[in-house]
Amino acid sequence: MCIVSVISVISVAKNVCPNLVWSDLEAKKSMKLNFRVNGVEREIDAPPMKRLLDALREDLRLTGTKEGCGEGECGACSVIVDGEALNSCLAPVCQMQNANIITVEGLARDGKLDPLQQAFLECGAAQCGICTPGMLIAARALLDANRRPSRDEIKEAIAGNLCRCTGYVKIIDAIEQAASAA
Amino acid sequence: MAVGQNVLRKEGYEKLTGAARYIDDITLDGMLHGKTIRSSIPCGRIKSITFDPDYDWSRIVVADYRDIPGNNYVALIENDQPLLAETEIRHCEEPILLIAAESKHEAEVAARHIRIEYEESPPVLTIEEALEGDRIIYGSDNIFKSFLIARGDVDEGFKQAHTIVEGEYRVPHQEQLYIEPQGMIAIPGDNAMTVMGSMQCPYYIHKALKHVFNLSDEQVIVIQTTTGGGFGGKEEYPSVIAAHAALLAHKAGRPVKLVYDRAEDIAATPKRHPGIIRHRTGVTKEGQLVASEIDILFDGGAYVTLSPVVLSRGAIHALGPYRCDNVRITARAVATNTPPNGAFRGFGAPQVTFAYEMQMEKVAAKLILDSVTIRQINMLREGDITATGQRLNWSVGSEDVFNAVVDRKKFFEKRGNAADKSDLRGKLYGIGLSFFFHGAGFTGSGEAKMKAQAGIGITPEGRARVLSGSTEIGQGTRTIFSQIVADELGIGCDDVEVEEPDTSRVPDSGPTVASRTCMVVGRVVQLAAYEVKQKLLRFVAERYGDADVKLIEGRFDANGKELASFSEIARAYLDLRGELKAYASYANPPGIEWDDETYTGDAYPVFSWGAMVAEVEVDPVTWAVTVTKITTAQDIGRAINPVLAAGQIEGGTLQAVGYGVLEELVWNRGRIINNQLTNYIIPTSLDAPEIETIIIEKEYPHGPFGAKGVGELPMDGAAPAIALAVYDAVGHFVTEIPITPERLMVVAG
Amino acid sequence: MSFSPSLGFAKLFLPSPSLLNFMALDSTAFSPTSLDEAYELLTRFVSQAKIIAGGTDLMVLMNARQLNAERFIDIWALNELRGISDEGETIRIGALTTYTQLIKSPLIQLHAPALAEASRTIGAIQIQNRGTIGGNIVNASPAGDSLPVLAAFDAEVEVGSVRGVRRIGFNEFYTGYRKTVMAADEIVLAVRAPKLKPGERSFFYKVGTRRAQAISKIVMAVKAKTTDGMINSINISLGSVAPTVIRAPQTESLLANATLNDEVIWQAATHLSKEVSPITDMRSTEHYRRKVARNALAKILSQMV
Repeated sequence: MCIVSVISVISVAKNVCPNLVWSDLEAKKSMKLNFRVNGVEREIDAPPMKRLLDALREDLRLTGTKEGCGEGECGACSVIVDGEALNSCLAPVCQMQNANIITVEGLARDGKLDPLQQAFLECGAAQCGICTPGMLIAARALLDANRRPSRDEIKEAIAGNLCRCTGYVKIIDAIEQAASAA
Repeated sequence: MAVGQNVLRKEGYEKLTGAARYIDDITLDGMLHGKTIRSSIPCGRIKSITFDPDYDWSRIVVADYRDIPGNNYVALIENDQPLLAETEIRHCEEPILLIAAESKHEAEVAARHIRIEYEESPPVLTIEEALEGDRIIYGSDNIFKSFLIARGDVDEGFKQAHTIVEGEYRVPHQEQLYIEPQGMIAIPGDNAMTVMGSMQCPYYIHKALKHVFNLSDEQVIVIQTTTGGGFGGKEEYPSVIAAHAALLAHKAGRPVKLVYDRAEDIAATPKRHPGIIRHRTGVTKEGQLVASEIDILFDGGAYVTLSPVVLSRGAIHALGPYRCDNVRITARAVATNTPPNGAFRGFGAPQVTFAYEMQMEKVAAKLILDSVTIRQINMLREGDITATGQRLNWSVGSEDVFNAVVDRKKFFEKRGNAADKSDLRGKLYGIGLSFFFHGAGFTGSGEAKMKAQAGIGITPEGRARVLSGSTEIGQGTRTIFSQIVADELGIGCDDVEVEEPDTSRVPDSGPTVASRTCMVVGRVVQLAAYEVKQKLLRFVAERYGDADVKLIEGRFDANGKELASFSEIARAYLDLRGELKAYASYANPPGIEWDDETYTGDAYPVFSWGAMVAEVEVDPVTWAVTVTKITTAQDIGRAINPVLAAGQIEGGTLQAVGYGVLEELVWNRGRIINNQLTNYIIPTSLDAPEIETIIIEKEYPHGPFGAKGVGELPMDGAAPAIALAVYDAVGHFVTEIPITPERLMVVAG
Repeated sequence: MSFSPSLGFAKLFLPSPSLLNFMALDSTAFSPTSLDEAYELLTRFVSQAKIIAGGTDLMVLMNARQLNAERFIDIWALNELRGISDEGETIRIGALTTYTQLIKSPLIQLHAPALAEASRTIGAIQIQNRGTIGGNIVNASPAGDSLPVLAAFDAEVEVGSVRGVRRIGFNEFYTGYRKTVMAADEIVLAVRAPKLKPGERSFFYKVGTRRAQAISKIVMAVKAKTTDGMINSINISLGSVAPTVIRAPQTESLLANATLNDEVIWQAATHLSKEVSPITDMRSTEHYRRKVARNALAKILSQMV
């Protein structure tokens, strides 16, 4: 039914890969991981497919990052990894080796709120607060890449973060305010 | 003055830094993780429950109904909902067994080793099936509750009518979709039980636990943790989760956490009642309503739970904010084999609002009157009488809100400007409006019976502390209570603390529902603060002879001489007299009368008023409705904190946009099959319209600083305003929401 | 109700022990650092291991406890599968290229703009930063938003294994609902999309459940060459209207060499609504999908006139 042609053979794998000792890996249910969270080097021992979200919340007790759906829809679990926002409920820790991770706990410095947090507070952008950590992270990632976003760009940047309290109005206001203050 | 200022959210810092602890953020030593095993059928009997003999059950705690020390029901109105099913199954996802294990993971695995076999019976799944009565699942007629509101002579009214218009409107289930799923932790004690978690109503849970465990008031402690949204969804159902967690904890002798994942939360917890609402309206040639017959049918689900009160609010609001001397409203809540429907912001009113506003437009169209005129002719104004015979004596902002958003000229310039409807290139534009009201506080004699309590205590530092069972669920309870107390005592907001809702430390202020927290409990908090102030004034007067003592801007003066600050005097009071606390309780304003038998009288002490203009674009390729702009004016008496009040209006409005155009549960044989955020569609930032909010302040003399309710009103008006904008855009009258593209395509042919 | 713990029918519970071990904490993942290592792992485990790339589809299934796999091969570190390169007539897109990279790529914007457009509609930014084109291809969902573009472009999928590398025409890649021609030990290395030729234009049209991060109810991509309103060539493909992403050969041939006018457009669009075979599911209805397929094609064709 399908016509398949081998056009070229780029490489033929060797049968032995010295880097890997399969049986060791097979038996092992967890792995050592090193990454940096909010500027601090951390090491954890975790099953490789454990979600980054759970590693943060359970292993590191950083519970600011929230779970709202477990399917990458609500964005409450957003964190910044190597400069880009992602849903930590969809990222296995094995992909975090040597990563640089920023969570909501890393935004304020020495008890002083990040300009975004300050703007959220002043504008009334946090109500129940459960979407707030993810929302702040999405906004931080936006402002790091685009210092003066338009209102439409802000809406697009937070479209992956569901909020059921605010109608988004004051969140967009706050991000705009933080951008113009910067 | 703190009232009227945009004081920053009291718990804002914790919420912005990730420091706020929600229930799933809390881990206790020795804590187990619970899981609920639920029915997979809508109706029938349990034949057998089998535990896999090859699985190691020694590590798992299992509880069923036989483990309940007290009563196997969830105490609410009728006590008809079992905490755990015994043999009879009345809806899908009905809790049957509870298990707990060392980890969530282990509980998940164990759950897969339990097999339940059923003997199925044909279920009753819709309102129509319930009314057909072929299968009786409740009482003798499948009707949980019915109401009749009658005023004047409807038959005579129809005789006088020039035109009679009939309409039938359908409204769907809606999921609250707080972003924090439900959850509880129970901690067993010696003949005692402590439960903490995500909730709106600590004292509902307190009551439920007392019945389940046969414990006294003092033996049960319920504590609210930071709660990630409620919208009514955490009014009654948390009692179920709390009692489940507590039962496991009781059996295990260890703390148990029970937190739902999103799929379970959507599948099992209550929704907004779906309904069918029929109108028959008689009008004069000039457009004046002379007769109105309304029939309301709500689907209550499998147990009574809150359906009677939801239905009652629906019935009372069914005529809308309009005058009509001859009214007959019948309302019924029916039983079906679906998970019980319950509280959701608006509580019966959004359903009937959609119906009465659509009907109003239909009446206007029949008479060739416009949308604005028909409403102006019939609008309730001060001194007018509602369907229940209530004379509106105060704080009637009806004309104010209407005039604030409806600029006749601008409205009609935009109206009817839809482009050529056959052209796939251009979007179709439409504009529509709605006018609505919402009674704040409990319906009828509810508040008079409840006698909500709150108190003010003085801390050792000489600061005021609010003692109230009202919860902060994002709406700003803590902040507005601080503002009210600050102004009553003449101190700064920072000198007011708010005690955590903990039933061992705060009195029963009634549930955090019904737009009552500010207007009703806020008033009680204010009264308690007044009491504290009087005690301190008397104290100062006694110490300084019969001096003329005043409390001004946080300082006490005697005979015009400055004495000391509030906190200094408060500390002195504590030193000399020990504790300083004052409690107050709510009583209706004078003249408020309600008759539960005839359903007549003052249904609410006061109403909040709203008007809304919605603008939409309809894509002729996809029939998708995009709400581009909403302009709304809402009379809430007084905005204690304008930013927080606007936040309520904006958030409620968007939830109502979802209700109007996006949100739909998909059912298959009594089971929700789109119980994921991927498939239950709520608005994102890109779906949200621009929302312009105008707050109107017609002060209510019996509210704190003039405030009325704001929580639910914004949920009422958007669905009909949008539907009428769609009518303007495409020329088709939609009688069922949500106006999904699929539905609109069918309606529009 | 009766409890019968002694019944010895363990088989009743779950068909195979592997189903019990599907959860994240029980599974193992291997993170090869070279393609050769990945091939070795694939050869060793054949169908017993699942490849994970950005995780945006697979982790959803795993979190919903709908994934039956004990072993994962995590290819995220394989940088040789990244990158977008200009290969003359075609653009070669490494399998691990994320949607964000596609959206930002000047090469894609210039030579396959519909692919950038499609990528912009997939999930939200958090998903676009992590989701990969290779993942979209092997996930084989009929609703995969980039897939109709690849189908309309007559792209080729480059697949490798220990046995070598082969290229498969995109329109021969799927054999049924979530089924592909790939062997169990193969991995997608890249996809090659022919560049738009002079006079060719591409179109992308998605109808989702809402305006952001929406799963498509229907998705359409068209690549066409027209001269003075006459169609020289046209490729039409659709997602979410059949068990796999499909082309619409009948409608394509109806339009080949046609001169576009309202009547021709409506005729072709109406034909398309009959050529597709959508179903009613929780997201939309068959009726709606047919009608919108018609409207969307009519809209796209009218832009060519």
